[in-house]
Amino acid sequence: MNNLRVFFIGGLIAYRALFNWLNPWIFIPTLVVAPIFQVLFFAFLGRSAGLESDRFYVIGNALQIAALPGLFAMTFAVSGERWSQTLSPLLATPASRAAIFLGRALPVIVNAAFVCVVSFVGSALILHVHIASAVTPVLAVVIIATSISCTGFGMLGAGLGLRWRDAIIAVNLADAVLLVFCGVNIPIASLPAWMQATSEYLPVTHGLRAARRVADGAALGDVTGLLLAEVAIGAAYGAIGYFWIRYLEGAARRGATLENA
Amino acid sequence: MRTARVFWIGWLVHFKLMSRSPFAIGVGATWPIVNATLAYFMYRAGGHPETLLYASLGSAVAGIWSMAAIDATGAIQRQRWYGTLELLVGAPVPFAHILLPMAIAISTTGIYCLGTTLIWGRLVYGIPLPLAHPLAFALAVPLTIASVGVLGFALGMVLVRFRAASHIGNSLEYPIWLASGLLFPIAVLPAWSHPISWGLATTWGMRALLDSSLGGHPWHDLALCAGLAIVYAAIGIAILERFVDAARSRATLSLT
Repeated sequence: MNNLRVFFIGGLIAYRALFNWLNPWIFIPTLVVAPIFQVLFFAFLGRSAGLESDRFYVIGNALQIAALPGLFAMTFAVSGERWSQTLSPLLATPASRAAIFLGRALPVIVNAAFVCVVSFVGSALILHVHIASAVTPVLAVVIIATSISCTGFGMLGAGLGLRWRDAIIAVNLADAVLLVFCGVNIPIASLPAWMQATSEYLPVTHGLRAARRVADGAALGDVTGLLLAEVAIGAAYGAIGYFWIRYLEGAARRGATLENA
Repeated sequence: MRTARVFWIGWLVHFKLMSRSPFAIGVGATWPIVNATLAYFMYRAGGHPETLLYASLGSAVAGIWSMAAIDATGAIQRQRWYGTLELLVGAPVPFAHILLPMAIAISTTGIYCLGTTLIWGRLVYGIPLPLAHPLAFALAVPLTIASVGVLGFALGMVLVRFRAASHIGNSLEYPIWLASGLLFPIAVLPAWSHPISWGLATTWGMRALLDSSLGGHPWHDLALCAGLAIVYAAIGIAILERFVDAARSRATLSLT
C-alpha cells in the first residue's frame, strides 16, 4: 500500500516539482508550438526533396515528439533532485526505489502521449492531412505504446543525470539519434544497412511502423507484434536505466560521491 | 574609441565564455550535423543530390540561429542569475553597448556549426565548397553571424518582460528555419509567408553564403543583411532603453 502511495502520489508530486517545463509559459512554446513547427519544417523539406507525402512527415514527427517529454522530463524528474538539493534525503528514505523512480515515469508517459496528440492534430489540420476517424482508437494505442517506450529510453538519461552534470547534452543527442535512425523523416530502407540494423533496437521505430500501417487501415491485430516489440524495447531500456540508477546509488554510498557530478 | 573597446572586449569575453560551455558546444555544434544528415539523406533519396551544399550551408545557418534563439533571448535573465545585472546597468556605458556584443558573441559560436557541418559534409558525403566569390564569402560569414546575433538581441528585448524568454526563443528555432528557407527554397512556402522571410536576416545571410559560393549576386544579399541588422539594433535599443528606465524608476531590475 505504501509502495503504491509512493508510486502514484510521490511520482506525481516529484514530477510536478522537478519538471519545470510544466509552467504554461514554457510548456506551450516548448511542447506545443515547437513540435508543430518541427512537423511543418520537415513536411516542407520533404516537399522540396520530393521524397514522401505530408502524411508521412506528420505521422513520423508527431510520434517521434513523444521522445521530447519522454527523454527530457524523465531526466529532469530524477536528476533534478541534485539541483534542488533533495537527492541525499531522497536516497536516505527507506521507500522502495522501484516505487520512487518508476512512479515518476507515469506522469511522463501521460505528458508524452498528450504532446504527441497535440502535434498530430495541429499539424494534420494545418497541412490538411486526413486520417480516417475509424483508426483513431488504434492510433491512440500506438501513441501510448510509443510514449511508454520513449519514457523507458528516458530512464537512461535519468541515470546519466545522477553521474553527469550535463546529462542534457546526451539527452539532446539521443533525441537526434531517434530523429535520424527511426524512419521519422527518411524511409528506413533508404538508410545504410548499419543504420537500419541499429534502428531495430531503438524506441519509436516499431511504433512508427505500426502507426503508418494503422493510418493505412490496418487493424489492431495486424500491428500487435510491432506494438509488443515497441513496448519491450522501452521496457528493456527502462530496466537498464533503473538498474543503472541503483548501481550508481550503491556506488555513491560506498564512495561517498553522491554529490559529485 | 571607448565604444569600440567596450564592443571588442565584451564580444571577446562572451565568446570565450560560450566556447567553454559544454551545452553550447556539445549541443550547438552537433545539431547542425544532425540536420545536415537528415537533409542529405532526404535530398539524395528524393533524387536531388545537387542540393547537398544547400543543405550543408543551411544547417550551419540554422545552427547560428539556434545559438542566438536560445542564449541571446535569455541574456538579461542570465546576468540576473549571475548577479551581474545591476553592475552592468550601472556601468558608465549604455547598456546596449554591453548587450549587443554579448548577443553577437553568442551567435559567433555558430562558427563552430559552420565548421563542423562543412567538414562533416566534406568527409562523409564528399561535398566540396566552391567559392565563386571568395571575398563575398569571407564577408558573408561574419555579416550573417553578426546580423543573426542582432536579431537575437532584438528578440530578447521583445521578450524582456518574460521570465521564460529563453524557452520562448527556443520555440522559435523551427519557425525561423522554416521561414528563412534554410534547407529548402522559400518558394516551397505559401506566398503569404514570403514577406516574413524577406524580413529575416537568416534568409539573406543564407542567400549571401549560397550566392558567394555557387555564383550569383551576393552583394545585394549582404547589403540587405546589414540593413536588417541596423533595423533590428534600432528596435532592440529603443525597447531596451524603455526597459532600463522603467526598471530604474520602479526599482524592479533584480526582480525575476
